[in-house]
Amino acid sequence: MTEYRMDEAHAGLALDRGVQGILGRPLDRIDGPAKVTGAARYALEHRLEHLVWGVAITAPVGKGRVVAFDTANAEAMPGVLAIYAGDEALPRQTPVFGQDRAQPYDGTIDSWGEIVGVAIAESFEAARAAARAVIVTCATEDGIFATRDGEGDAFGPPEGALLPNIVKGDLDRAMAEAAVALDVDYSTPRQVHAAMEPHGTIAEWHGDKLTLRCSMQIFRQARPVLANSLGIAPEDIRLISPFIGGGFGGKNVSADALLAAVAAKRLGRPVKVALARAQIFHACYGRSDTYQRIRLAADAQGRLIGYGQDSLVSQKVGANSFEPVPLGAIALYRGEHRSFTTRVAPVNLVAHGPVRAPGEAVGMIALECAMDELARELGLDPIELRRRNEPERDPTTGRPFSSRRLIECFDEGARRFGWDRRERRREGEWLVGHGVATAARVNFLADSSARVTLTGEGRAIVETDMTDLGTGTYTILAQVAGEALGLPVESVDVRLGDSDFPTGAGSGGSFGAASSASSVALACDDIVRSLAAAMGATPEEMTLKDGHVIAGNRRVPLGDLVGDTPIVAIGTIHPGANNRRFSQAAHGAQFCEAWVNAVTGEVRVKRMLGVFDCGRILNHKTARSQAIGGMIWGLGYALHEEVHIDPRTGAIANRDFGEYHIPTNADVPQIEAWFVEEVDRHANPVGAKGIGELGISGAGAAVANAVFDACGVRVRDMPITPDKLLMGLPPI
Amino acid sequence: MLSRTEGAMHFTINGMQYDADIDVRTSLLDLLREHLGLAGSKKGCDHGQCGACTILVNGRRINACLTLAVMHQDDEIVTIEGLGTIDDLHPMQAAFVQHDGYQCGYCTPGQICSAVGMLDEVARGWPSHASADLARPIFDDDEISERMSGNLCRCSAYPNIVDAIREAHAASIESEQAA
Repeated sequence: MTEYRMDEAHAGLALDRGVQGILGRPLDRIDGPAKVTGAARYALEHRLEHLVWGVAITAPVGKGRVVAFDTANAEAMPGVLAIYAGDEALPRQTPVFGQDRAQPYDGTIDSWGEIVGVAIAESFEAARAAARAVIVTCATEDGIFATRDGEGDAFGPPEGALLPNIVKGDLDRAMAEAAVALDVDYSTPRQVHAAMEPHGTIAEWHGDKLTLRCSMQIFRQARPVLANSLGIAPEDIRLISPFIGGGFGGKNVSADALLAAVAAKRLGRPVKVALARAQIFHACYGRSDTYQRIRLAADAQGRLIGYGQDSLVSQKVGANSFEPVPLGAIALYRGEHRSFTTRVAPVNLVAHGPVRAPGEAVGMIALECAMDELARELGLDPIELRRRNEPERDPTTGRPFSSRRLIECFDEGARRFGWDRRERRREGEWLVGHGVATAARVNFLADSSARVTLTGEGRAIVETDMTDLGTGTYTILAQVAGEALGLPVESVDVRLGDSDFPTGAGSGGSFGAASSASSVALACDDIVRSLAAAMGATPEEMTLKDGHVIAGNRRVPLGDLVGDTPIVAIGTIHPGANNRRFSQAAHGAQFCEAWVNAVTGEVRVKRMLGVFDCGRILNHKTARSQAIGGMIWGLGYALHEEVHIDPRTGAIANRDFGEYHIPTNADVPQIEAWFVEEVDRHANPVGAKGIGELGISGAGAAVANAVFDACGVRVRDMPITPDKLLMGLPPI
Repeated sequence: MLSRTEGAMHFTINGMQYDADIDVRTSLLDLLREHLGLAGSKKGCDHGQCGACTILVNGRRINACLTLAVMHQDDEIVTIEGLGTIDDLHPMQAAFVQHDGYQCGYCTPGQICSAVGMLDEVARGWPSHASADLARPIFDDDEISERMSGNLCRCSAYPNIVDAIREAHAASIESEQAA
């Protein structure tokens, strides 16, 4: 049992002495063959005896009260077992961040598509038909269906908010005194996660014990919320999520889990509930739209004397978490006068919750487009503008950076992209331009435990309730354990996503890899100490490689040192004082070449390239995939994605993949992602930083800046659709 | 009232024979996933918009969520489970692993079935929206991207998917020429 609190840099792990040579290598995913053959089992794919199906029933008003349910037709349908409607045991919606339980049904409807019941039947077809046959009659009330309409009642960050308002100095005065001052408004629309796997759960009770086969990212957070919502103890809930079909912040306790659990308890049979794609848009939280005022006050040389990012966002009435828009801006550039404030408008719309890179994903679009505008005002190369504003310490807190290699990212990126040779030009109908932007994402560490078992056969087993959303957790943990214990990955079994295992970090906030890898590495340290004792050597005297321990002139198989009783160790990492002593973030530089059609205004992204500083890279193949995936989200945010609200009803008009346009293969060019590596010892024992959310940060701005460079139209209202470019395009 | 007629239906899937007593409203996708334990085919939208359910019916790629099982009793159906196994991967499956043509893996069986079906369309000379010459399409990355755009990937592994398909295609041409 090794516990480590991150109060100071770790003195060094067995991992760091490893000579197996697999850490960081671009190995294929160890779960890859299961995924490509369809053998990987996701939440809804477990076959259970006596399983029945549930389909959610939802309310067809944006604000109002349920007056009556007519369930007669539904109940009369063949195969229908039960209609639970208007029932206080059922959730109204998916709980959002900061809520300790789901709001129970009470007849109030505060946003379109709230859940009011569930139809249970022997088959999916019967349950679906029954759910549709239930007539929900509601009294409609006037609702607030737009963020701007709720602005009058907007509130600031509540006590204890993740991001309080931060104001330093006097930005108004700085703006008045600046040689160049830019004061511009940007907006980004509502967005959704759109994970390919729908939210769904199979619930099964054994007495008072509940098992959920589910898609949940962070068990540590989910279990108490489920327990509070269901009125049972957290220990009585087992969660199983070995594979998750994409999460992006959206897969935690969702309404389907609670519907399935309640129905299964009452019927005494396992119940499967999956939300239909259109229901997910309304019953699961998404990202608020944002209205951002960016102020940049610079001296004549382009050095910022102050800047601000002050925003209006919205949240569904009754919740107070919010999109932390300026999160990426706070530590980013120099300047004494700073203002980072957020107001939250209460609305009758689907709740807001965490979506990939809360804050930076949308905040960095506006900030980095504005920086591009400033560079043009100053007649400076936009990379040079970043260089002149690179701070030595976090300008907001005065803390040192744990590591920061932003300028190296720009230098490396400029070289690889050919930034200095770029040429604004016309190719037939197409206007060609180039853009850059900074990427930044705060770095977190989370509590995480893992158990590592070394068997007499010389195999290592890693167990933690950490999850793999497609991030590569299975593979990187095998690499960490293998490197530390001197084993090839084929000799390491990684078991994830079962709450019976030690409690891991879970996947969120880009803290998963560093936190869970640190817990595994700490457990391995324990095992190496045991091996050293058996070997009669110190850990530092030993070399572990290919399943053998070498010390002095002896080479002994690991299994021989283990003997009949496996060596079991649990490693635990806790965040500590380093969170406060250092300003921690991952950084990067985003480059884009965009082509704008001079006739139609269509934008085609031709090249994207990113260089990122994410600490130690645990697997170059999966890290690159994470990075390019994030960059493509940025492309989507710049050009495609937008939830449209019907202003009459508060319903989402484009609640499917035909109308909510996420990037498709044809929207995406070949993309390059590179890393400047550094083991960040202040961040966590393994020295890795978050990747999953960094790639999206600034990527949209690089696209938008390239579009401006190409055609001279600055769109400040995302996404940049052809209609917003057409009027400003140069004469054909 | 929808039909509640039930009765044994017969299917040929991955060369195996299956009987199923199912509701006539059952989609081909739900037959596979909910009744036959062939859960490799995925349900992403149930609307024919995401492509996660793509399978091969008589050699052609289709969205299994958009068609009823009852209509396919005389067809040859191939799902991801029929292409290869963990110990004996189809070349397209192996290429996806090598090029990391996925992340969460949920759209992956559909991508792979779609890619296999798509290469067959290319071999038959079928053009696409990206083909400059409809009579003689040239196979390149733009063609792959265009022809694979019915398969969404929210993890956005598209560049890697293109790499995987390009390589699997080149390997299949090589082995044809060798043969």
